[in-house]
Amino acid sequence: MHPPAKHVEVSNLRLSYGPKEVIHGITFDIFKNEILGIIGPAQSGKTSLLRCINRTIEFSADAKVQGTIKVEGVDVRRQNVYALRRKIGMVAPLPVGLPLTIYDNVAFAPRCAGVTAKSDLDGAVEKCLRQAALWDEVKDRLDSLGTKLSGGQQQRLTIARALSHQPEILCLDEFSIAIDPVTTMRIEDVLKELRKEMTIILVTNLTQQARRLANRTMFLWNGDIIELDSNQVMFSDTPANRKTYEYVNGIFG
Amino acid sequence: MIAETTNRLFAETPLVRKKQRREWVARLIFGMMAAAMIIPLLLIIGYLVYQGAPLISWDFLTTNPVGGMRRGGIWSALLGTIWLVGVSLLIAAPIGVMAAVYLNEYARDNWFNRIINLAVINLAGVPSIVHALFGLGAFVLFARMGRSVLAASLTLAIMTLPVIIASTREALASVPRTFREACWNVGATRWQTIRRIVLPNSISGILTGVILQVSRTAGETAPIMFTGAVFFRSISEGDFFAYGLKEQCMALSMHLYTVTTQVTGAPKPLPYAIAVVLLGTVLLVNATAIVLRVYLRSRKKW
Repeated sequence: MHPPAKHVEVSNLRLSYGPKEVIHGITFDIFKNEILGIIGPAQSGKTSLLRCINRTIEFSADAKVQGTIKVEGVDVRRQNVYALRRKIGMVAPLPVGLPLTIYDNVAFAPRCAGVTAKSDLDGAVEKCLRQAALWDEVKDRLDSLGTKLSGGQQQRLTIARALSHQPEILCLDEFSIAIDPVTTMRIEDVLKELRKEMTIILVTNLTQQARRLANRTMFLWNGDIIELDSNQVMFSDTPANRKTYEYVNGIFG
Repeated sequence: MIAETTNRLFAETPLVRKKQRREWVARLIFGMMAAAMIIPLLLIIGYLVYQGAPLISWDFLTTNPVGGMRRGGIWSALLGTIWLVGVSLLIAAPIGVMAAVYLNEYARDNWFNRIINLAVINLAGVPSIVHALFGLGAFVLFARMGRSVLAASLTLAIMTLPVIIASTREALASVPRTFREACWNVGATRWQTIRRIVLPNSISGILTGVILQVSRTAGETAPIMFTGAVFFRSISEGDFFAYGLKEQCMALSMHLYTVTTQVTGAPKPLPYAIAVVLLGTVLLVNATAIVLRVYLRSRKKW
């Protein structure tokens, strides 16, 4: 069995905001079509890590990034930034419905990428809304405002928007904190389906969510990787690092 | 036993009554201060209208001043003010709005943009008479526009630019940053984000800000005195295009000043009637801004 292809390679990544370093040189790979769970308490650098990958970190004036991140073998800094961001779907912790109609919310990214044909847009909108398990609820009111949907629906709309530019990597940043458990389970089912088509990075505060969904899980703590291994090891009684066991089992954190 | 204790806990003690009284007094004082804002406005309008009433009529608005400005109407001054305000709006609004978009959406925090910010703030603090001198030197003499509607409007435009920039930035900043981040995350450029999300959702604030700021220029006297406004000029009545850009014009604010201080034997209600028209023009423009805001707000999407 040959080793799986590397989709994202992070090597010696350091990130500081002003004088404060928040990620202290971490190195790891993400394989194609896996779900990588990232767990860790607040301030451990999870969200910043995602922002480094899609280069939205550049919008923070005082952020300084060292080390390299390669997506598909090419340094992100050498890629066209807009094309790179289209390759990466990003779902923020709190749902953001853009102040547009449901249809326009999902069609936003394709339009920005230059798609104008009505039939193409219609197809993309339906496909993404179906993938995000929202289609049946909104198919009759696509021209009503996305901001008027309920929180859970808006989060699925956000996921549909993240899928609308056909990303190869989907980053979910604590997507379930604003939605109820039932909706969460529906989205988790969606993610299990999406894994066949894309690589998923799942940042979560719920260790059990990482346990349910991920192939491998990374425990990030204060800007360092404590442990990164398959779920069988991470959630067993004997992970390599004692801290992992304690965090996963709620002894600290 | 428990019921008795709680009863005592929540009973109306002298302390509670004192707190209530203080609350009432504080509310009254603050409320009165707020209400005091209305009083000067009502007094000003009331006094002016009362004094100027005998002269105000449709003819007063649409005829030129005659007889050494002691008789007749104010048509040439009214039209002059409309032209000055209109032209300076056409110049200042696009420049100011675009500059504000740059400062709020594109500019990073570096020395160059800090200098721009500093310039905007300081430009807002320059007295209008200094603007007038600058306009005289730069537009009238150096650019050889002569004393004209164009030179005066440019001077007024420079005066309003900083306030337009400030009010536009405020409107832009009211669009939540999360919207912008959501757009960037899906690979939208800054311009796509601005055009599709930021501008449509801040346009009501931008427009009303621009209009409110520009209406203030209607009352400016000093900047136009040196650069384009004249003592007296007779133009064809009822023709909205009686002034050309290169011509000199009259203006209401200037006319009010001359009639009050330079013309002897003018009828007593005349200055008040001019003031009423000037104030009416400004309030009319402000009302437009309010209507526009209400209309655009009703279509707000979050």
